[in-house]
Amino acid sequence: MIADHKRFSALQRLLHWLMAVCILAMLFIGVGMVSTVMPKYLTLVSIHKPLGIAILILAVIRLVVRLRYGAPSLPADLPEPMKLAAVLSHYALYILMIAMPLIGWAMLSAAAYPVVLFAGVNLPPILPQSDRLHALLWGAHVYLAFVFFALILMHVAAALFHALVRRDGVFDAMAPVPTRKVAPADRKVAAAE
Amino acid sequence: MTQPNRSPGRSVFGSLVLIAVVVGGGAAAFAYTAGWLSPNRLTPDKLVNALAPPTGAALGHRRNHAKGICFTGTFEANGAGSALSRAEVFSRGTYPALGRFNLGTADANAPDATVRVRGMGLRVSTPDGHEWRTAMINAPVFPVSTPQAFYALLLASASKDPDAMKTFAAAHPEFADFAAWNGNGSWTGSYAEERYNSLDSFVVTNSAGADKTVRWSLLPAAQPIAVSPEELAKGGPDVLEQEITERVQRGPISFSLVVTIANPGDPTADPSKAWPEDRRTVDVGTLVVQQIEAEPNGPCRDINFDPTVLPPGIRTSDDPFPAARSAAYAVSYDRRTAEASDYPRTAAVAKP
Repeated sequence: MIADHKRFSALQRLLHWLMAVCILAMLFIGVGMVSTVMPKYLTLVSIHKPLGIAILILAVIRLVVRLRYGAPSLPADLPEPMKLAAVLSHYALYILMIAMPLIGWAMLSAAAYPVVLFAGVNLPPILPQSDRLHALLWGAHVYLAFVFFALILMHVAAALFHALVRRDGVFDAMAPVPTRKVAPADRKVAAAE
Repeated sequence: MTQPNRSPGRSVFGSLVLIAVVVGGGAAAFAYTAGWLSPNRLTPDKLVNALAPPTGAALGHRRNHAKGICFTGTFEANGAGSALSRAEVFSRGTYPALGRFNLGTADANAPDATVRVRGMGLRVSTPDGHEWRTAMINAPVFPVSTPQAFYALLLASASKDPDAMKTFAAAHPEFADFAAWNGNGSWTGSYAEERYNSLDSFVVTNSAGADKTVRWSLLPAAQPIAVSPEELAKGGPDVLEQEITERVQRGPISFSLVVTIANPGDPTADPSKAWPEDRRTVDVGTLVVQQIEAEPNGPCRDINFDPTVLPPGIRTSDDPFPAARSAAYAVSYDRRTAEASDYPRTAAVAKP
């Protein structure tokens, strides 16, 4: 079953690409909505909240699946700094996927805004009203959003570097569909395990 | 670095250029969406910055309607509004209300007799867990038709060019109605004697699914008594706050909540235009103000009276202002909650 072990499971790949679309949409909606006073502001805000909760739920499922199924090993010949960057950036991405929706929810709670999921469906507050907590969480939500987007750009750059330059099977492990026949790099990865 | 399995003919340089284009393109799209490449976009930050007086914003306070006083009380719905909206707030019953009487100024220390526009922020909560927030003013019409025109008004009124306001009024003929009210001299001596108008329109939906576009107003039970600003000024800089505090100590004050229904073709998208006087109105209940509390420690202080916080059964209309106000109020709220130390609560000061 070496072939299975080289790639993430189908469920993991599905979650990855679904969440990629959701999170990119979320970051663009977030940065776009706070830069406009047009009526689309309200539309964007009304998408931002339920999409954030959807990402939170998907991220928790994904974390459980990851702990259950693990991940293919990185290529043995990957330089140590790149391995470290890969491991740390993935921790950071998981933390942000789970923390950002919670911070947003907590921030609205601390401001005593109703947390409207859909018209007529509100979430309960998860914090008491507090100006100081609101200020702290709002700052965190804004700055971590930029950190999140920067990390995603690095993630994309690294994925493309693996796919186009190193061609070492790392991209193929998460590719939505198999990208090629067995390549020498795959044999190398398999041999390293 | 090893490049173990590169296909012959594929240029590493080409691949790196492609990666740079993808990453750079992503960053550029993000920057565009954020408005960083569009200096002319009217952002909520710009709008809020333009509200600041020349001496700078009042830190820790609302960026407009900065001076105010909290109240609590009830909204007693008489049930007549149920025919218009399925929101629980219109079904017969008594619901807790929290509000704020305020002055339409960015100066938190403005003498009360110097500000023409008076406002009321109001939040009514219902047992179903929903809230209705609204922020109204005593002017019968809004000064301008669009958020962009409001921004232009702020720039014109802050301009050093002596003709700036004249130029603005010429370019925005709708401003004339507001300007006429602003100069007509009919001031009162009490927050309790003002009529507060939503100006913006909203769409209400009843349980049968029928939509109506409406505006609403709070009509004072107290008889308005005309007072000149000069007379009012003799009461001191906080005359309105002192008056309302003393008046409510003597007994609750009340306002009727009246909903006005638009006819087809009425200017629902333009709060600078009044609807004809003969439009159908429905008296849906009574706001009773039972207690006044100073703002620093009061329950209204950290509430954003965002006019788009609406219960199911009320929603925004084609009026562009509630969205713009929501966006700008959020910026004001985010800034002032981060400046809480600049606006200390009196309790913290009282016991050193």
